[in-house]
Amino acid sequence: MQSIVEFKNIFKSYPGVMANEDVSFNIKEQSIHAILGENGAGKSTLVKILYGHVKPDSGEILINSDLSIINSPSTAKNLGINMVFQHFSLFESLTVAENLILGMNENISLSKLKDKSKTICDKYGFNLNLNSPISSLSVGQRQSVEIVRSLLNNPKILIMDEPTSVLTPDEISKLFKILKNLVRDGLTVIFISHKLEEIINLSDYVTIMRNGKVVSTISTQNEDPDTLGYKMLGYKVSKAKQVSDIKFSHEIFNIKNLSTQSKDPFAINLNEIELSLKKGQILGIAGVAGNGQKELMEILLNENDYEFSGDIIFKDLNINNLSTFQRKSLSISYVTEERLGHSAVPEMSLSENIFLSMNHKSEFKKGDFINFEKINSYASDVIKNFNVDTPSFNVKAGKLSGGNLQKFIIGREIMSNPELLILSQPTWGIDAGSEAFIKKTIVELSQKGVSIIIISHDLDELLEVCHQISVLYEGSLSNPLKVEDINITKLGKYMGGLFD
Amino acid sequence: MVFLIKIQLREDYSNLIFYLSPLVAVTLTLFFGSFIFLILDLSPIESFKIFFISPISNSYGISELFVKATPLAIIALGLSYCFKNNIYNIGAEGQLTMGAIFGGGIGLLFNDSTSVFLLPLMILFGAIGGAFWATIPAILKIKFNTNEILTSLMLTYVALFILDYFVVGPWKDPAGYGLPKSMPFPDAGRLPVLIDGLRVHIGVYFALIICLITYVIYNKTLFGFKLKVTGLSSKASQYAGFKYKNLIFYTFIISGVCAGLAGLFEVSGPIGLLYRDISPNYGFTAIIVAFLGRLNPFGIILSSLLIALTYLGAEDAQLFLKIPSAVGFVFQGLVLFFLLGTDFLNKYKVFIK
Repeated sequence: MQSIVEFKNIFKSYPGVMANEDVSFNIKEQSIHAILGENGAGKSTLVKILYGHVKPDSGEILINSDLSIINSPSTAKNLGINMVFQHFSLFESLTVAENLILGMNENISLSKLKDKSKTICDKYGFNLNLNSPISSLSVGQRQSVEIVRSLLNNPKILIMDEPTSVLTPDEISKLFKILKNLVRDGLTVIFISHKLEEIINLSDYVTIMRNGKVVSTISTQNEDPDTLGYKMLGYKVSKAKQVSDIKFSHEIFNIKNLSTQSKDPFAINLNEIELSLKKGQILGIAGVAGNGQKELMEILLNENDYEFSGDIIFKDLNINNLSTFQRKSLSISYVTEERLGHSAVPEMSLSENIFLSMNHKSEFKKGDFINFEKINSYASDVIKNFNVDTPSFNVKAGKLSGGNLQKFIIGREIMSNPELLILSQPTWGIDAGSEAFIKKTIVELSQKGVSIIIISHDLDELLEVCHQISVLYEGSLSNPLKVEDINITKLGKYMGGLFD
Repeated sequence: MVFLIKIQLREDYSNLIFYLSPLVAVTLTLFFGSFIFLILDLSPIESFKIFFISPISNSYGISELFVKATPLAIIALGLSYCFKNNIYNIGAEGQLTMGAIFGGGIGLLFNDSTSVFLLPLMILFGAIGGAFWATIPAILKIKFNTNEILTSLMLTYVALFILDYFVVGPWKDPAGYGLPKSMPFPDAGRLPVLIDGLRVHIGVYFALIICLITYVIYNKTLFGFKLKVTGLSSKASQYAGFKYKNLIFYTFIISGVCAGLAGLFEVSGPIGLLYRDISPNYGFTAIIVAFLGRLNPFGIILSSLLIALTYLGAEDAQLFLKIPSAVGFVFQGLVLFFLLGTDFLNKYKVFIK
């Protein structure tokens, strides 16, 4: 087979980082070629260069052995290159067909387009109703719309940026089947991922990137997740191990019959949520993004007086009407999904970011004045105990890498000795080393008797650290499943809404 | 060929340049200001001398500089609380006017008083008047989420009409030949001057004290921390458990108190009575002063002196160069324009591709 894409010595730098450094490799026609690497390894930059979205500093791209200058996405489309982004660009209130016609370069009537789309859907097994509005579709279906939109342009190459991060296990296997069929019919797929197992399952070749450079391009045939993981990171990561089969004693936190009726048409209404958490227990809340995680977290944090019915009880005290401040004072700690601008202010120093979350503690105040001495020593302790790589507590939070900042934030909360810790996406978008450290910390914390709730889209993470997992689907929470007797098929069913 | 202008956030946004940009803005203002003089057929160097140097070349001039800078600094210090909190109180002129009406009203009510308590009472009511007028946009914002820029601005005109009503109506001086002005305040209601024969008054001390208190609040207290966090990220402020509505209320009250004080100082200081035009737009100009001073209390003191100079220069320019005093406002406008420009270019990179 001949090479359809050849990258030759691609360089691209951003202020302070080399995103791509001397990147050269070939992609064979009619293959599925994965690009593997940690967050920040330069995968996205590289495919954005191929798609004409980013201009390289130097280097060449050959398409079908012809030197091609791709300076805009429309040039890329003319060359037969299409891309499905991680974040979709669909109009919520328009129908599937209307969204599809908006992506077309040629003039085509809506009825002709519908015929064409229908053929594609039938041939590859996309389950789409062309007349439904996007707002009524699941995330997986939205992704299908994006793919069909690309296919309508008769592409030769389809780039997919982290396509599985928003899908249920069931949807993932469907997507893989579709992609394999497309390749059989002549397409070349470039697939970006940091998930080792799915790369081995799906792709023929993989290019491994680390710190902007290509480590190697190999066939996936003789690889397993461990060998591939080692190549991606350059070191071995040990897994956290949760002790199963513990008898938990008393209940510390529970939610009874929690429902919401939001006026916001795009909000998910929570539906009779029941949840119970014992001392030292970790409960994972799994589910595809957009099934009510945001709303549940809002209610747990109570930042905006979100209206709901039902009861939230912490240590026999009803905390329904308690503010964020009061809840924190009761030793409930939170780590939100967004780090910059929510659980930390990037423009402020690490010390100030300690006080951001600890301003309810009297030890950091002298009357109305701030006790910076105490705060600085607390910050130093967090930096030391949680391996935060930074020269000083005066450094601005925005200067830290994602993983370092997350260690700092989680460390900040843990050092305040919470009894209940609520985490949303604790390891999202951070390096593997920090991820392993955070998981280990969480497991150890539970063994000291702290109860923890983790809301996450990352099933592997939940399976690694939790005692029990419940699944959130369209605002309903499933019964908890014990991790030791979970099987992935059942979890997949739950994530699709089929609770027992 | 299509030119596309691209604007990109700078990652290495510089703090040093942030504090230096007022100097850049002032330099650019002088540079472009010289063209204005050239167009008017005047020598730029001579004109600048008349505009910026001759007004402060004697003790009277320096006293006048402080007379103008005092209200500007006090109002701008108050406004900095709102602006730090991302609340755009544009109505300081109205709050100033209300302070003058409340405080001045006390002076007229006890118009034969010789008590030493008269002036403190007037100052107190000046502060109350300003705070009262600032409470209205604050409550509208908190209860109905109205845009405070519009409400505070419109309330300025309401306040000016109320003052108008009083000075042509109930408070008109019967011995004033029908002019729209009140009786003079009694001596006990006049602000003491610092130096006999000059107009500079004890409002200067107030400005310095407010500046120091503000510095301490911004850097050492929980309240200052709340303002800083809220200004940088409203979500982080919620995460920290700060109540934004309370902050809106308090910052409006503080800036209202300051503007009210400035208004009372004007009428009980240099003016000595109530009439229509008590303020040459101090309330609006103070917005420029606050931003030019980078919302930093000491910076505000410096910028208030600079902007005060444009007032004096404009008066001299009218007298000696025979050009309209509005040139002063042109300079103020230029400074603000260049300041916003340098801030923008410091924060964003602009390039044509």
